Amino acid sequence: MLPEAVEAMTAVYAHPGNASSLHGSGRRARRRLEESRESIAAALGARPSEVIFTGGGTEADNLAIKGIYRARRAENAARTRIVVSAVEHHAILDPAQWLADNEGAELVVLPVDVTGVVSPDDLRAELAAHAASTALVSVMWANNEVGAIQPITELAALGVEFGVPVHSDAIQAVGHVAVDFAASGLSALSLAAHKFGGPQGTGALLLRRDVACVPLLHGGGHERDIRSGTQDVAGAVGMATALRISTESMESATTRITRLRDRLLDALLDVPGASVNGPVGALRLPGNAHVTFGDCEGDSLLMLLDANGIECSTGSACTAGVARASHVLLAMGFDMAHARGSLRFSLGATTTDADVDAVAQVIGDVVDRARTAGLVSVRGGVRS
Amino acid sequence: MRVLAAMSGGVDSAVAAARAVDAGHDVVGVHLALSTAPGALRTGSRGCCSREDADDARRAADVLGIPFYVWDFADRFKEDVIDEFVDAYAEGQTPNPCLTCNEKIKFAALADKAIALGFDALATGHYARLSGGELRRAVDDDKDQSYVLAVLDHAQLSRAMFPCGDTPKPQIRDEAARRGLSVADKPDSHDICFIPTGDTRAFLGARIGIRPGAVVDADSGERLAEHEGVHGFTIGQRKGLGIEAPAADGKPRYVTGIDPESGTVTVGSAEHLQVWTIEAGRAVWTSGQVPDGPVDCVVQVRAHGGLAPARATPVTRDGEARIDIELAQPLTGVARGQAAVLYLPDEDAGDLVIGSGRIIGTSSLAKV
Repeated sequence: MLPEAVEAMTAVYAHPGNASSLHGSGRRARRRLEESRESIAAALGARPSEVIFTGGGTEADNLAIKGIYRARRAENAARTRIVVSAVEHHAILDPAQWLADNEGAELVVLPVDVTGVVSPDDLRAELAAHAASTALVSVMWANNEVGAIQPITELAALGVEFGVPVHSDAIQAVGHVAVDFAASGLSALSLAAHKFGGPQGTGALLLRRDVACVPLLHGGGHERDIRSGTQDVAGAVGMATALRISTESMESATTRITRLRDRLLDALLDVPGASVNGPVGALRLPGNAHVTFGDCEGDSLLMLLDANGIECSTGSACTAGVARASHVLLAMGFDMAHARGSLRFSLGATTTDADVDAVAQVIGDVVDRARTAGLVSVRGGVRS
Repeated sequence: MRVLAAMSGGVDSAVAAARAVDAGHDVVGVHLALSTAPGALRTGSRGCCSREDADDARRAADVLGIPFYVWDFADRFKEDVIDEFVDAYAEGQTPNPCLTCNEKIKFAALADKAIALGFDALATGHYARLSGGELRRAVDDDKDQSYVLAVLDHAQLSRAMFPCGDTPKPQIRDEAARRGLSVADKPDSHDICFIPTGDTRAFLGARIGIRPGAVVDADSGERLAEHEGVHGFTIGQRKGLGIEAPAADGKPRYVTGIDPESGTVTVGSAEHLQVWTIEAGRAVWTSGQVPDGPVDCVVQVRAHGGLAPARATPVTRDGEARIDIELAQPLTGVARGQAAVLYLPDEDAGDLVIGSGRIIGTSSLAKV
């Protein structure tokens, strides 16, 4: 977490108050909460009333998918289709699948190209044929695994053209690339504080006032009646502080991190049999490096790098309990062997040239060793 | 040494890992994901591959302060253990999947990977004593697992560690509690890990299907009942034979023979179960040296019980290293597919495992 965010939250905890209370401490808490809402709205090109605080990004995604689906179907029962990209996070795919299994939704999955990017033409064709029966579209702003930035403005414009709300899971993007909610044309957008130096367990859904959304949590009517529950004032303050700082420093951070990322990619791709996954250049999140090392297993690489003090991940952290081949890489057209040999390195504010040097120094030996292990542990060599 | 600790999520493997740490080794914990159902880690039931077990193992590793990873061996486990288990039952055998898992997964695929990644040894929570390449029964006779480890050859044992083998189970639980391991009072696992319902017959039926056959009297040849497949039967089985009328002599009847080709299950009195000679295939001589001639020993023919003094002779037959075993007294319930494990009795140091083979044939005739 950014030290400024820790400090701001600590100050709130020292003087707790319920933002719904009418007395003095309540008023102070409410002021902090609303200032945070205004600050977040300003940083993201939204109006304060469009900011719905949630308990993290997964809740924001669930609220968008289930809430908008239910509201749209309540208006017109024929709207059963939920259109998502094949590379969405499980926080989108799983609630959409749940609605398909339990509430009569029809899940429509848009393909991606070999770099992980959705084609607006595919969405146009889908909506041209099925707009009347579509409840909503959800396509992430940037992919969490391979860093691919999606053509969100074009996709959102198609939603406007066909009268279908478009949501975007922007959890990987907010704080790292410029995000303007109003200019994007989106109906809803999810963010999570811990992705930009704020606290875990705090997020928000930006939701246009004219987009109906049925609540997941019913109770005291907080957050425009869309998300009941006593507000986490400290979380909101921490998120607002972190977002303000991330936004102010975004330009310099992007330059610095992109340079480090490209240095890291150069070092990784020096290894024989290594290839980058996802787009290159400006269409990629600055802090994302995702590489497949042919003929080895990501879990071996992960362990060997961990032993060298280098932390990276296979798949996405949420599915990393057991290393399953990434649905993102499979959707990009790669086979299981390619997916299993992949590693993601994330770079951020604390990453230095020395960190990149440390990876460059060991990666060759680590890959050699992992290749040997991969060949002995898998029958007939690399599994397919 | 660099030691990879296989952590199932149970108390034994957690204490084994802790003891390896105490011994000064550089220890990394690994939990094997063995379920082929992709959702199992999310929805999982209890068994050695459930979500709770992986979490318990991770929690123990965190308490010990060692790195921990989950490795996916589900495909290998399905091919080498589950499929083989089902195939063996379909062929009228009674396989022991723990043997196969030790032989092909834990001390083969996993150990090979560990060595290739730079580890020197693999530690597990098995109850057996291992020292200088000699595998012996555990101190805790009730918990002894040397039987399911006896399929390991000299090379496999040379890189294994069983830190729990010298301690009775109750003390292992006490030690786990002292160490603050939350699995200290976790119940022992039973049954077959990939059949969490415990209903082996239903599991096999779903995979093998219905292959009807007859239950036939061993003496008269009379057709006593119909059955849905030989996979529902094990040599020595007494219950669930589907026979309505009692035997003429009023004595209990047991499964004495299974013929997968014709689907015939033969039943008879206890005398028909008596076995005097055993032929075992896939012979393993634990020391790495094949004996020059017959060896007097004690043979064990199933995981719990079934012991008899015997003379074991190494032979080569049909191009395979086998063992001919003559029993000094008859055994019952000797089933094809189980292991015949050879021990040299030793009350002080623990019975020494000298070899093993997979039972491929039995005879009720004593060799003269």
